[in-house]
Amino acid sequence: MSNLFARREQSRSVERHNSPRHPWLAGPYIFWAAGFIVLPLVLVFYYGLSGPDGTFTLANLAAIAQPIFRNALGQSLLISFGTTAICLVLAYPLAYILSKNRSRSGAFIIILIVLPMWINFLLRILAVQMLIANNGIINMILGHLGLAQMRLINTRAAIFLGTAYDYFPFMVLPIYNAMCKIDHDIIEAAHDLGANALTTFRRIIVPLSLPGVISGIIMVFIPSISEFAIADILGGSRILLFGNVIEQEFNMSNDWHTGSGLSLILMVFIIISMIVMHRVDKDGEGQIIW
Amino acid sequence: MVEKRSVIEKVYIGVIFVLLYVPLGVLAVWSFNNSISRSVWGGFTLHWYADLFRNAEIMSALATTAKLTVSAALIATLLGTLACIGMAAMGKKLQLVLTTTTNIPMLNADIVTGIALMLLFMRFMRLGFSSMLIAHVTLAVPYVILNVMPKLKTTNHAVYEAALDLGATPFYAFIHITLPEIFPGILSGFLMAFTLSLDDFVITYFTKGPGINTISTMIYQQMRRGINPQMYALSTLLFVIILIILLAVNRVSARQDDPRR
Repeated sequence: MSNLFARREQSRSVERHNSPRHPWLAGPYIFWAAGFIVLPLVLVFYYGLSGPDGTFTLANLAAIAQPIFRNALGQSLLISFGTTAICLVLAYPLAYILSKNRSRSGAFIIILIVLPMWINFLLRILAVQMLIANNGIINMILGHLGLAQMRLINTRAAIFLGTAYDYFPFMVLPIYNAMCKIDHDIIEAAHDLGANALTTFRRIIVPLSLPGVISGIIMVFIPSISEFAIADILGGSRILLFGNVIEQEFNMSNDWHTGSGLSLILMVFIIISMIVMHRVDKDGEGQIIW
Repeated sequence: MVEKRSVIEKVYIGVIFVLLYVPLGVLAVWSFNNSISRSVWGGFTLHWYADLFRNAEIMSALATTAKLTVSAALIATLLGTLACIGMAAMGKKLQLVLTTTTNIPMLNADIVTGIALMLLFMRFMRLGFSSMLIAHVTLAVPYVILNVMPKLKTTNHAVYEAALDLGATPFYAFIHITLPEIFPGILSGFLMAFTLSLDDFVITYFTKGPGINTISTMIYQQMRRGINPQMYALSTLLFVIILIILLAVNRVSARQDDPRR
């Protein structure tokens, strides 16, 4: 009898486990994570907070006050806020239209919108470059129509176009997911209580889709604030973004300390946006469809 | 209640589609252009595609990419799946610490992850294929865990226990009971690791050795050098490959959602 009892206790203790109880199987990954996730970040902190002689200093962080770095950060913030705004303005109506009518074709359309996300982003930028280059397709068409050529490439507008084109799907998806989760009964209840379409949209749809909007903003904001390749190709190295100056510190000046210091400053912006995301998006709307 | 889309809505969807796909379409069409100039249509040709396969630089980048992507995805899948099984058997606290650490590469900016790894490699080893491989595995494992963990948590534990009660060894029960159940998660984790590794530019850029290129870093170099219509051909080919992978993934996840499971 006591034996049976013991057995029952034992089975309760393993109740939630459906695989061998071997925590050590995570061992290789724990070493991997310690060596290749934690240690590299420790190195960034070490270099960022020390001078060439190895003593503690905040000079690498203070480097942000230098005009070249300050301007680059300003440009990056401008680009990332601008890109986020463009994407939001274009994506919100689209997500609303698609979520309102969740038919088979709607699901197919959302897949088609997400599809470019899985194409190498350099190829997407190559495609944009082809259109807007001085001897590109747009200018060719303008020429055939007898219109004046436009100087599109190597401008800030070109960078905006590239980043917005690149990150647009990241904005659509979370908003669409959040809108799909809105209970239709709530919308009907609003109608029954006399709300017109505009009021329903303003008081129901907008607040309930807010978590998706926040994740979308984060998912566009973080990559675009650290962008350097798009600026290089579409901006013709004329406009230096924060990512460009960080990259140059490492690859051209070989100044690991300043480069790491600037990386730490970039991380501050990322951490701030992550805290915002965590506060608002608890259900993980930001997850990518797979 | 399904409302019909209004004309304005249809037009809006149409405009977005044009904006998204025209650049890619133009790129694909121009890969068949028998002229090196972008502003002249010189007739249909396949010779950029033929040149592509004779270009040693492109072929070597393609080979590096294939080797890198396949090995990174395999290692990441193995490491991630084992990590999930181990984590499921851990205490809550340790699990939380490990999950949080795992989230770092997913949430951090790629440039910071790339630079951090570069610092590590420059300090303790040299840059080359192995540094790229380590970087890609590090980038991919979190996504494998993201795919496998939920599957592992929702498997029916009673079946596994029944197997043990019937005298199966834990290993045998794992292979025959747990593994088939979590396999769709492992597969989508693998495919996701594969796509991420294939697509990555920033982390590769910082962790690659001199003289070694993946497709991404090679396209970057070529684009800074000038126009090369072979790149358009390459892009079109890669687009088709990605499309095929995505269709495969779609079928896998459709099977996962199948109620007959």
